[in-house]
Amino acid sequence: MWAPEAELKNLMLAGLDGDAAAHRSLLTSLSNYLRAYYRRQLGRIGRSATDAEDLVQEALLAIHTRRHTYDPVEPLTPWVHAIARYKLIDHLRRTRTSLRDVPIDEAPDLIAEGDHNDTESTHDLGKLLGQLPEKTRRVIECVKLEGLSVAETAARCGLSESNVKVSVHRGLRALAAAIARERQQ
Amino acid sequence: MKTDDLIAMLGTNVEPVDRKYVLRVVGAAVAVGTLVAATAILVAFGFRTDLTTTRAFIFLFSKLAFTIVTVVLTAIMLTKLARPGGERRISIVWVTLPFAAILLLAAVNLALAPSAHWETMIVGDQWLECLLSIPIIAIVPFALITWAVRRMAPTDLRRTGALVGLAAGSISAAAYALHCVDDSLPFVALWYGGTIVLCTLAGVVLGPRLLRW
Repeated sequence: MWAPEAELKNLMLAGLDGDAAAHRSLLTSLSNYLRAYYRRQLGRIGRSATDAEDLVQEALLAIHTRRHTYDPVEPLTPWVHAIARYKLIDHLRRTRTSLRDVPIDEAPDLIAEGDHNDTESTHDLGKLLGQLPEKTRRVIECVKLEGLSVAETAARCGLSESNVKVSVHRGLRALAAAIARERQQ
Repeated sequence: MKTDDLIAMLGTNVEPVDRKYVLRVVGAAVAVGTLVAATAILVAFGFRTDLTTTRAFIFLFSKLAFTIVTVVLTAIMLTKLARPGGERRISIVWVTLPFAAILLLAAVNLALAPSAHWETMIVGDQWLECLLSIPIIAIVPFALITWAVRRMAPTDLRRTGALVGLAAGSISAAAYALHCVDDSLPFVALWYGGTIVLCTLAGVVLGPRLLRW
């Protein structure tokens, strides 16, 4: 077992219990590994690294919205690697690259190195949010951008708290779907 | 969009996650699917009326055992395969065990019977009804289980699709067993096994389209 695994797994477990600081710190660490991973993988098959940041953000969104699929008795790195690789293959399939070109890689490749440069993607958050239904968009803005609590958002939007929670979850998944659609065009 | 902004967004107001979510949702889909399939069979055909002999009881029990063991095994596999990288941790060959068992029993049964009986044992009376009912009744469990797995993150869509089809097919076959009066092991092996395999193949074909995320 290599060093980052234990540390990342602890952050993940804390995040699953609702610890926002741990979750943020996990996503920040993972974003650096993902960036290096995607640049390396795209580089190996002779593709430009400009798509790397788009993929990093797609993978982060997937990791966040599907974190309930992580089984805490398993190590974290293979789970993240499986998501990262799935998103890479999905991306290459959509952009019509022969899948025979995808190099074989294993989970340790994911955390082989980190990278924290040029971290802007081509996704436009404002435009993406604009594609969501009005209610969902407002809830995402309140809870996720302005940082209001679920109770405050519920009061402001005139919704129940459970409705707000469901809307946030649904909204983030819709956002991930909007990104996927944007890439397909 | 800057990645740091995305992380700030995702890391604001983080809700605790239900750690048993996968088990709960897949379990609920299988349970509701089973209820719907059983109800559909009982309403459409009714429960078998000839349950008066020990032989009939034994066959009802064997058909249910074969199909329910397959459903349970498949559901357990699905809770693993519906997670990223699940295909690396388990091998789905385990789900073929009930099929191997029923084929073996059917072969022994045929070997012990005079060959003049083979046709009746294999073809039975209601093979067409069985062939049509099981795939049709499987549609609702298939949709329910697909809905459940779509909330997860499978990374091997063909294999996961196969398991979705297998689960739906064996749920439907278990429900059909409540009505079926063809009491012969070769019949069960061919028509139950065959229709379940058909459902599995449908899952293999549909998986990559339905389960993408």
